[in-house]
Amino acid sequence: MTRILERRGVEVSDPCRVVTLLAPAARFVLRGDAGVMQAASSVIGVTPSTLACRAVSGQDWSALWQGPDEQLLLGPVKWQSGFEAALEIALRDLPHSLVDISHRQVAIELAGPQTATLLNAACPLDLDLAAFPVGMVTRTVFAKTEITLWRKAPEHFHIEVWRSYADYLIALLNVAAESG
Amino acid sequence: MSGFRTSAGGQIDRSRSLSFSFDGQTYTGHPGDTLASALLANGAHLLGRSFKYHRPRGVLSASSDEPNALVTVWRDTARYTPNLLATQVEIYDGLQARSQNRWPSLGFDVGALNNLLSRFIPAGFYYKTFMWPPRAWHTLYEPFIRRAAGLGVAPSEPDPDRYAQRFAHCEVLVVGSGPAGIAAALAAAGSGVRVILCDEQASLGGSLRSDAALRIDGQSAGDWLEASLATLRGNPRVTLLDRTTAFGYFPHNFLGLAERLTDHQARPDARAPRERLWQVRTREVVLATGAHERPLVFPGNDRPGIMLASAAHTYLTRYGVIAGHELVLLTCNDSSYKIAMDLWDAGVKINAICDVRGVVPDAARALVGTANLRIITGATALGTRGSKRVRGVEIGRPQSNGTVVEREWLDCDALLMSGGFTPAVHLFSQSRGKLRWDEALNTFVPGESAEHERSAGACRGSYTIADVLTDGGQAGAAAAAAAGGREQATRSWSVDGATPCSGVHSGLLPQPATLTGKAFVDWQNDVTSNDLSLATREGFRSIEHVKRYTTTGMATDQGKTSNINALAIVSGQLSTPIEKVGLTTFRMPYTPLTFGSMAGYARGDLFDPVRRTPTHSWAAAQGAIFEDVGLWKRARYFHRGTETMHQAVAIECLAVRQQCGMFDASTLGKIEVVGPDATEFLNRLYVNDWTTLAPGRSRYGILLREDGFVYDDGVIGRMASDRFHVTTTTGGAPRVFGMMEDYLQTEWPDLKVWLTSTTEQWAVIAVQGPNARRVVEGLVEGIDLTAAAFPHMAVATGHICGIPCRLFRVSFTGELGFEVNVAADYGQAVWETIYAAGQAHGIEPYGTEAMHVMRAEKGYIIIGQDTDGTITPLDAGLGWAIGKKKPDFVGKRALERPAMRASDRPQFIGLLTTDPKQVIEEGAQIAASPNQRPPMELIGYVTSSYWSSALNRSIALGMIKGGRARRGQTVYIPMPGGDIAAEVTAPVFYDAGGARLND
Repeated sequence: MTRILERRGVEVSDPCRVVTLLAPAARFVLRGDAGVMQAASSVIGVTPSTLACRAVSGQDWSALWQGPDEQLLLGPVKWQSGFEAALEIALRDLPHSLVDISHRQVAIELAGPQTATLLNAACPLDLDLAAFPVGMVTRTVFAKTEITLWRKAPEHFHIEVWRSYADYLIALLNVAAESG
Repeated sequence: MSGFRTSAGGQIDRSRSLSFSFDGQTYTGHPGDTLASALLANGAHLLGRSFKYHRPRGVLSASSDEPNALVTVWRDTARYTPNLLATQVEIYDGLQARSQNRWPSLGFDVGALNNLLSRFIPAGFYYKTFMWPPRAWHTLYEPFIRRAAGLGVAPSEPDPDRYAQRFAHCEVLVVGSGPAGIAAALAAAGSGVRVILCDEQASLGGSLRSDAALRIDGQSAGDWLEASLATLRGNPRVTLLDRTTAFGYFPHNFLGLAERLTDHQARPDARAPRERLWQVRTREVVLATGAHERPLVFPGNDRPGIMLASAAHTYLTRYGVIAGHELVLLTCNDSSYKIAMDLWDAGVKINAICDVRGVVPDAARALVGTANLRIITGATALGTRGSKRVRGVEIGRPQSNGTVVEREWLDCDALLMSGGFTPAVHLFSQSRGKLRWDEALNTFVPGESAEHERSAGACRGSYTIADVLTDGGQAGAAAAAAAGGREQATRSWSVDGATPCSGVHSGLLPQPATLTGKAFVDWQNDVTSNDLSLATREGFRSIEHVKRYTTTGMATDQGKTSNINALAIVSGQLSTPIEKVGLTTFRMPYTPLTFGSMAGYARGDLFDPVRRTPTHSWAAAQGAIFEDVGLWKRARYFHRGTETMHQAVAIECLAVRQQCGMFDASTLGKIEVVGPDATEFLNRLYVNDWTTLAPGRSRYGILLREDGFVYDDGVIGRMASDRFHVTTTTGGAPRVFGMMEDYLQTEWPDLKVWLTSTTEQWAVIAVQGPNARRVVEGLVEGIDLTAAAFPHMAVATGHICGIPCRLFRVSFTGELGFEVNVAADYGQAVWETIYAAGQAHGIEPYGTEAMHVMRAEKGYIIIGQDTDGTITPLDAGLGWAIGKKKPDFVGKRALERPAMRASDRPQFIGLLTTDPKQVIEEGAQIAASPNQRPPMELIGYVTSSYWSSALNRSIALGMIKGGRARRGQTVYIPMPGGDIAAEVTAPVFYDAGGARLND
């Protein structure tokens, strides 16, 4: 029987001129109360932020605050199934929801001194470092697509976007970058 | 001096000449010129024809308040912009422009007959046409109004230029870069906050650029300006935007700025954006928008060569252009004396300064000094002469008895006028701030602010430069402090050489009993003092009604030069104080905006996101013809060779009915509902009873709105006791998710259940047909696919091709079917593997069209096609799905209203035409009896209609009042070619027993 081993990722029609399309990753949405997040910490390798709109990173996994009871967990594909099983064991006595969304979205990275300005072509948030500091993450929009925007360094952003919107996002960033 | 250009001075680059054309004639100008200044320098004052009467018009102003000089500028047939103001168009080498509202030429204009016919097109002409004989509307009025309506001609080709957009945030936004704006920006920037300073003009500085005598802190105004701008430029927290109009002031200090980037360039980079729309959110706003000089209203005040005094001054000081060689000034404001002297110094002959005031203040007289200028006090103007350029003005002195004495014609080739100044309160008004009438200034000034906003300088009636600077500095410092900036010492500037600026007049200048010509109030809309009087005589009292009836203050101009004069005339006619007459609302945009700047990046391929499924490229390679479903591209059918769509759909349907087909169902919405209360949550939302659904089974669910009408549907699989895999319609995915979250967060926050959208996590491959099991059984591991172990509506997790999958035994075709859910990155590889395995079993890919036909053969509804938001589950024949024992669900109470169960409600039925070859049109109406005459009695409509190749005849579905009781009856579908007879049937045409489904 044919065995499929490779994740193919999304196809983009416009070459990535200003962004880097990141390799496939493992992603989970973890929902539950503070006790759930605390109980999950040892598996994630870091305690998820209780502060709104903050991301924290351990050695392999990052936890991105998405809401009072929601964290987006990002990590390497190779630990995916073991991570999921370990979390379910750690959380077995607590009401929670753990859903694999590894393929739902893809990630792109933008870096450079004009990155915030480029994002403001179609993202209405204030991206000044005082208003949107390093480590901040939020769901927002870029023109007509929803994104999760995470500032990893002053001039370095990580964006999560649903896979079918990636083509639009990348093409629009290309045009916006040309428009200065 | 040669012609109208001074030998020195101004801020143009005299070392270079530019060539441009206007109405086909070639002229030259210099870098720094506007189209208006360059044409005036060439002695060309006639720049356009007026809107209604086609009267010859020249340049009235030197800025964005210009009501007359509307021009069309183009680079080619696509880059073609009508209705630009010649006073704002910067010339470049090769610029092409033409005047508007004239045919066949500017000099000889056939439409000018309107001027002679003006008796027949009074104020409110448009409205009056509705009251006249209706026949005249088609033959006379509409053609006339259509031809007359609108300014300029729209471009005939798509705009090829790019338009950029940017969101920006700051603590203090300063609008206007005259003395008040510069002082405000300096003060705000000094406090450390983010500042944006914008100005509509090509260079920042406003009036500081046209006052050579002024000295600030010992520097010339120009040097002070340059030093100030250098300070601002050196601050990384400050953004300076020239050629940028703040066009709209929206709630919560959100302002729109339009930045013009390339219109002034001769050869712009094709990739460079033409404009950039800034959407700015700011903590505090300082409006430093200055004031507009007010024209004087007297007969014949609209001839070319009659312009505002300050405009003539701007042309002199900024562009080195004189308005004429022989001038008369008609004024009521001290500043005109300074302007007269500057022109006199430039060698212009000043025939007279006619002051409306009886006494000229000493400050004004002092400006004239020893120069031997004739000053006429207590003057009025009675008329002007000259056709394409003013040649003279009749002056007189009004008496208290209503007569005018000492009438005299004064020669001139330009007449400068000033009625004083009107603060530009447009943005303040847009922000919903309250205006206050200032009797001394004879104008409205900003009163109470509605936003975090301050007006400073001339836009709040402060006209002397020292006051303006102080006001700006205070406003900037206060704004910055309010926005969290550092406190700082109040700044002041010492000023020398300031121009006095008192004196103001509004309304018609004193005239004898009968006017000798048209006295214009609103140049752009051709509204005269008589039009306003007529409106009040005809009973209009509210200024808003007068505005609409006469069109004064409307259109792109928004009353910049006309508002106060119009109010004064209406006030006089109604004997009501002006502040009681009120002021009309200023509309955005402040000046016209291009559609391109609003569209921004949203055009062509980027107008909307185009969503493609994981198997899109395979489908495209196989000849799929796609259709748009929401934002998705879905394969509608596969074009295999030379066949038509009809033939392709027949091939696809027969493959599914006889062997096997595969279909991409990835676009279906999917929501993972997880938690100990998941069953309870679904019980409360959907009509169905989920308690009885065991893990490993799925069920067709129906979701209603509170009003009891069907909102969405989909198969819901129970993956575990606390985990459901909910599917929704393709288009319904976001709204169903939103509705679920809404209920969860606002109605049932106590439920321990969470929702996660998994629409894009899964690629979904439907394998349907009698051979479906044979195709997939060799690929699936971990699931027993026999009918006994895995019956219709079963669901299980396992592996396919080594990939984890969720496998549903479901069918939207009526055949044995599976839906394979695999993680999206594997979707295309799994698809290709199934397709290869299916080759031995006659597999064909099928698209949405075949899917539609096959589900219609089975009578499965499609939300939004067979339902329209007014259909209950009972109407749709889905009452069986409702959990009868459930205490409640969304829509239950509405469903129990008697009217929702009435026997004559629309009911879902099938239709079989008497002629089996005849396919009814979808959307057609249904009548109970044939050959009715309108108005017909209609009992329903057709929702779906197809050719069924499986049945070798047409089929249709529809809604008919009390339709289930009409089964077996013949109904009639009236069409242009005659009635189509059809039998009402049950809405299922194929395998009614469901044997194939359960195979």
